[in-house]
Amino acid sequence: MASLDSKIPEGSLSDKWTNHKSHINLVSPANKRLIDVIVVGTGLAGASAAATLAELGYNVKAFCFQDSPRRAHSIAAQGGINAAKNYQGDGDSTYRLFYDTIKGGDYRSREANVHRLAEVSTNIIDQCVAQGVPFARDYGGLLDNRSFGGVLVSRTFYAKGQTGQQLLLGAYSAMNRQIGRGKIKMYNRHEMMDLVIVDGKARGIIARNLVTGQIERHGAHAVVVASGGYGNVFFLSTNAMGSNVSAGWKIHQKGAHFANPCFTQIHPTCIPVSGDHQSKLTLMSESLRNDGRIWVPKNLEDVKAIREGRLKPTDLKEEDRDYYLERRYPAFGNLVPRDVASRAAKERCDAGFGVNKTGEAVYLDFASAIVRYGKEQAHVKGLDEKDSVLVKKLGQDVVRSKYGNLFQMYEKIVDQNPYEMPMMIYPAVHYTMGGVWVDYNLMTSIPGCYAIGEANFSDHGANRLGASALMQGLADGYFVLPYTIGDYLSNDIRTGPIPTNTPEFDAAENTVKDKINLFLTNKGKNSVDHYHKKLGKIMWDKCGMSRNAKGLKEAMSEIKALREDFYENVNVPGTDSEFNEQLAKAGRVADFLELGELFAKDALERTESCGGHFREESQTPEGEAMRDDENFTFVSAWEYKGEPADAVLHKEELNYEEIEVKTRSYK
Amino acid sequence: MNLTLKIWRQANTSAQGKMQTYPIENVSPDMSFLEMMDVLNEQLINKGIDPVAFDHDCREGICGMCSMYINGEAHGPDRLVTTCQLHMRKFKDGETITIEPFRANAFPVVKDLAVDRSAFDRIQHAGGFVSVNTSGNTQDANAIPINKHDADNAFDAATCIGCGACVASCKNASAMLFVSAKVSQYALLPQGKVEAADRVLNMVKQMDEEGFGNCTNTGACEVECPKGISLENIARMNREYLVASAKG
Amino acid sequence: MSGLIKSSLARKYAMALSGLFLIVFLLQHFTINLISVFSEEVFNEVSHFMGNNPIVQFILQPILIFGVLFHFTMGFVLEYQNRSSRAQNYAENKGSANSTWMSRNMIWSGAVILSFLGLHFVDFWFPEMNYKYIEVLPENPNRYFEEMVHKFVSPVRVVLYAVSFVFLMLHLLHGFSSSFQSVGLNNKYTKALKSFTIAFSVVIPAGFIFIAFFHHLNA
Repeated sequence: MASLDSKIPEGSLSDKWTNHKSHINLVSPANKRLIDVIVVGTGLAGASAAATLAELGYNVKAFCFQDSPRRAHSIAAQGGINAAKNYQGDGDSTYRLFYDTIKGGDYRSREANVHRLAEVSTNIIDQCVAQGVPFARDYGGLLDNRSFGGVLVSRTFYAKGQTGQQLLLGAYSAMNRQIGRGKIKMYNRHEMMDLVIVDGKARGIIARNLVTGQIERHGAHAVVVASGGYGNVFFLSTNAMGSNVSAGWKIHQKGAHFANPCFTQIHPTCIPVSGDHQSKLTLMSESLRNDGRIWVPKNLEDVKAIREGRLKPTDLKEEDRDYYLERRYPAFGNLVPRDVASRAAKERCDAGFGVNKTGEAVYLDFASAIVRYGKEQAHVKGLDEKDSVLVKKLGQDVVRSKYGNLFQMYEKIVDQNPYEMPMMIYPAVHYTMGGVWVDYNLMTSIPGCYAIGEANFSDHGANRLGASALMQGLADGYFVLPYTIGDYLSNDIRTGPIPTNTPEFDAAENTVKDKINLFLTNKGKNSVDHYHKKLGKIMWDKCGMSRNAKGLKEAMSEIKALREDFYENVNVPGTDSEFNEQLAKAGRVADFLELGELFAKDALERTESCGGHFREESQTPEGEAMRDDENFTFVSAWEYKGEPADAVLHKEELNYEEIEVKTRSYK
Repeated sequence: MNLTLKIWRQANTSAQGKMQTYPIENVSPDMSFLEMMDVLNEQLINKGIDPVAFDHDCREGICGMCSMYINGEAHGPDRLVTTCQLHMRKFKDGETITIEPFRANAFPVVKDLAVDRSAFDRIQHAGGFVSVNTSGNTQDANAIPINKHDADNAFDAATCIGCGACVASCKNASAMLFVSAKVSQYALLPQGKVEAADRVLNMVKQMDEEGFGNCTNTGACEVECPKGISLENIARMNREYLVASAKG
Repeated sequence: MSGLIKSSLARKYAMALSGLFLIVFLLQHFTINLISVFSEEVFNEVSHFMGNNPIVQFILQPILIFGVLFHFTMGFVLEYQNRSSRAQNYAENKGSANSTWMSRNMIWSGAVILSFLGLHFVDFWFPEMNYKYIEVLPENPNRYFEEMVHKFVSPVRVVLYAVSFVFLMLHLLHGFSSSFQSVGLNNKYTKALKSFTIAFSVVIPAGFIFIAFFHHLNA
């Protein structure tokens, strides 16, 4: 396979996108009617792309495995969406958003892509407001902003704690309009099983109707994969139960390179695991760190007393608490970026200071914020600031108005009142920066096959900043892909409909059917979940928040062995012609079992620490991550060669023209 | 905790269904309801029994996919939660729990506890949108200030997760709360007002064609709604429809 | 009618408006009945007017009858539609957890009221129609009070009458405030309006019952 061409346009960084848009080939409106595009996944990226492509005139077929496009997991994003609007007049600009994103990503993302992202960020907000997305507003009727970790301006637009929901419903409504017009044909409860390549180009997919089990062939002139991230390789993550890597993995198997699989974001503020039965983890917005202080007890005796229920955290005196983020990072304190906050929590818990019965939790305490807000309110209202009961009540009201829904969610799950007791939190797998390698046009290494949103690797480098995932998904779907895909499709105006009765479709369909048969006739002794949980444990223990060569090598061989055991002993009940969740899950876990090994291989190869990837061998004497820019300023793009261990590494060197590469410091 | 589960089993849409009883042991009060179902399914698979099919995805109460009718109530006895956020501590040791799918003619059973809610999608196709293309040239987001009160009300209506608990709880299987939430969201915003009349007429027409029942204002939907969508939205839709019909 | 049957919302308005119209009639009927407690003469006077004024007889009365017929016919049609929108019922359904008994049983309270109306027609309206328009007996402006009091002699009828009005109360407790919601009134005044409708729904039927007992005991 040819070496990587990222197709970054010529010209100065700030002109690249404008110039590129002006010079790429277009498809005339009359010809767009003759062209079919398949979009797999209907989250922010997929829904916005499907809607925009249909508006432009293409015939779109959209697929999602859920019962409606509106269920895609983008809906669960809470905090907000960044845009360089500078409505607050606090010095924000396209450049600053670009710079923050590159720096936050620990200098491992592609400069031109990130600049384009910052450029279109403002259009996203305009577009969403025009669609009727109810963003939070101030009393003057203008849009409100909040701030997020790792940046110095307020550029995050939000809709209470449900920003992802509102943005997804906006994109879904745009889709609905096109479905109503007949320009999008929607396939709910369908799963993409394979990509079909004809003459070296992506020309369709094999899909499975999850209700009837029917295997279907769908031809198209281009295929867009917008299937999200692969955090569920860890079994426990904040992803939805159905989130999977399969669409991305199938195209990887067919020739698309998979980039930076080891770049995974572990989010610091999640509700801790409560027991073995746990099926998923729940995230609480990063915005909580604006007001919450994170701590563990200073003394191990107190930790023991708390775990045994003899001592309440509220009884612990100030001097007996270790506010470790404030101690280690005085400049950013509790608002250090996610990777830093997560590792610090792990460090304390590994040292034995975890505060719940599993030893994997730290406190997130709002007591001082409640007092601070309470006094402020008492002052404003002319009440007695020394009345501690009143101050507490007023303070709680303020906290409730800011984070009420999150506090309620915490109480429902943990059964403790977070207004009275500090919350317990622990990091959890949340987002994957890695994904399918794409060029500047978002095309994968397979011509005609695109990857957008979290499914691609492009914009966040080794660590994503808060409120940037929504921005990237919508940027790709609304404003980037619909332009760049035209350049490719302009060669297809005379192709005519893609026939599906060709040997290529036969072969792909047979492969899919064989795999399904294999699962159903295996009649092994272990359930699919049994393997998923085992894989998750290996991943978390050896490829989690900190990694070392020994563990990664073990992970590779253990995952390989687990995969072999899976094909030998997995038990999938039921038939292929009914609604069979276990069968669908088996296919997804099979792909995770391959991805997991590649993940470990990638982590092993990258001996530096950067962003979410922390190699124990590469740290400063104080235990901070240490990058190796000389040897690792590149994107690792892996080419599929059968066994994950045999994957071949291609390097896309990263060149920084506009930004000086510095050591990230939040001290 | 040890429990007895009475669960609706139905092989597919056209099959005849019936209630089946399954005992389950060692349930932890900290489990969510769906985690308890996971444990049951693991046990059924190991015994060679077809596991119970149910819809679920995000398991954090926002995707709207989970949809069980538990002990006679949509999403069970707790308030303002979906089934995935319902915890077993809300039940007593030794209790018998009845679990059924959301029932309505407009929501045919797919299998066991999973139902087909695409009627909701079709109602949205009829008008659940603002007709604006993606151009990058729409006016600036702050060009039209929106009264905070209206913006907040629009947001409250927009938090509907489309789970269908309103339909399931309504004795008439009416979809008014769902439809009115969408109608309200757009009716309250200047961007949505332009085509408000057509929207409400088209969406109500589609709602009727889907075979939902009529609203008789029992208010059950509001009580069982996991997002607390208010009946005020139904009143607003009634108003909007009246005005739109009068304009004709 | 076909246009009204077409849209579920139009049916809803029709139920609400016909209901509100019947409430207005109920109030008027109550006022006249109440007069009977205080003055036989005035009662006879008003009854004579209502019974012989051509506007009342030939315009208002048909409208009223249409209103009654419409409200209950529509009520049955809706009930049928609503029931058939869920062919397979729940094995266990806890309606009491989320709604009032009244709101869930309008059809039953309505049916009791309807059968009471039957009795009422047999008692008063048919004889009245017969008196005026079939046999065309000479009008006696003082006959009304006696005719009425005569009906309340039987304790069985009084009890039936009282029970029916209890059901009317239940029907109104949901129906009255509900009709405002149906026509789109739900705002900051709703709470006050609701309290008023509750008071109305209790006081008016209770008043009817009181009048019945009053005449029964005084007869």
